[in-house]
Amino acid sequence: MPKVQPDAYQEFIKGLWRDNPVFVQVLGMCPMLAVTNSAVNALAMGGATFFVLVASSFLVSSLKQWIPKQVRISTYIIIIATFVTVTDFALAALVPAIHKELGAFIPLIVANCMILGRQEAFAAKNSVRLAVVDALGMASGFLFALFALGSVREILGEGKFFGIDLFGPNFEPWVIMVLPPGGFLTLGLLLLFFNWVGERKKRLAERLADVDAGADAGMTPQ
Amino acid sequence: MNELVWIFISSLLINNFVLAYFLGLCPFLGVSGRLETSLRLGLATVFVMLITAFCAWLLNTYVLIYAPYLRLISFIVVIASTVQFIEMVIKRLSPTLFRALGIFLPLITTNCAILGLAIFSTNKGYGLIEGMIYALGAGLGFTLALVLMAGLREESELAPVPRLIRGTAMNLIIAGILSMAFMGFAGLFSAA
Repeated sequence: MPKVQPDAYQEFIKGLWRDNPVFVQVLGMCPMLAVTNSAVNALAMGGATFFVLVASSFLVSSLKQWIPKQVRISTYIIIIATFVTVTDFALAALVPAIHKELGAFIPLIVANCMILGRQEAFAAKNSVRLAVVDALGMASGFLFALFALGSVREILGEGKFFGIDLFGPNFEPWVIMVLPPGGFLTLGLLLLFFNWVGERKKRLAERLADVDAGADAGMTPQ
Repeated sequence: MNELVWIFISSLLINNFVLAYFLGLCPFLGVSGRLETSLRLGLATVFVMLITAFCAWLLNTYVLIYAPYLRLISFIVVIASTVQFIEMVIKRLSPTLFRALGIFLPLITTNCAILGLAIFSTNKGYGLIEGMIYALGAGLGFTLALVLMAGLREESELAPVPRLIRGTAMNLIIAGILSMAFMGFAGLFSAA
């Protein structure tokens, strides 16, 4: 089978939208829901995950010849845990306030199955360049999803966006949105929206194919 | 004594790992299709959590005071090897139980609730007894959430739900309502 060289741009876009790790693959949800009660927290968490994913993908794909098959998962986990420790200490030094708010959820990036999944499914089999591009795409998709969820929850739950009042004093905040149930409900509704968009697209494509087929059938006898 | 009961109730109901901290969501959404399997997975998780709590306490008291930056790496290595070890022991001692647990046993390694447990109980500065009680409460809380969810999902399979909503979207909304119900337990704080 000839090896097709995948287009770097395609790899990037794939992570951002078509195979979005959160909305389409439903991976890495534990840190995702816990810290997305405001847009700032969501961005910090997304940024931390971004760094860990890109750095580990880079290291895993450059070391792939030397990692024995039997212990590869443990090796990946140790590489990821190293970068998470680095991020944890860096955040504590640079932005102590946000680090305190995210608390125990920064170390929990290790257990984000999305990161391990990318190492196993992509970085271990592809060149360094492609692995980094793939990680960049997936991480941006994750960041985008976190940001979307965090914004919705902050706007509805507190009537603010990045701490700026949006609706004036008469707005009654939906406190439930910043509490745990709000996380589940918002993600559920966002997934529903993505399903709906996907379904519409599929139906549209089917209809177009039907029209094409019909046109072809109509044309061929002549 | 009173405080130990409190730690147990708090980790079981009020700060339920799944419904309040969002830990262990992958098995919560992935394995909660059948009542029986989710019960088994829950009990296996309780078991691993107890052992992890014990190992985390050992590490914290004897090793990590000298090298705190190794905390995360050593926890994850301990969890992975504990699961591997338990798998071998169960396979040897009780092949029946091993077959019953099946794929769920290795999957526990990637359950962030276990790592979360070790990190939370370290952050709270729990000793050995408190840590074990905390692990028991958290594990049983995880089992409770999993079993409730599985029951709800089995029922909802018979309901006429539009096809678009079926699947993860509906499960998340069910989880949201369940989590809302569990928030009621926060009232226990003011009662006590």
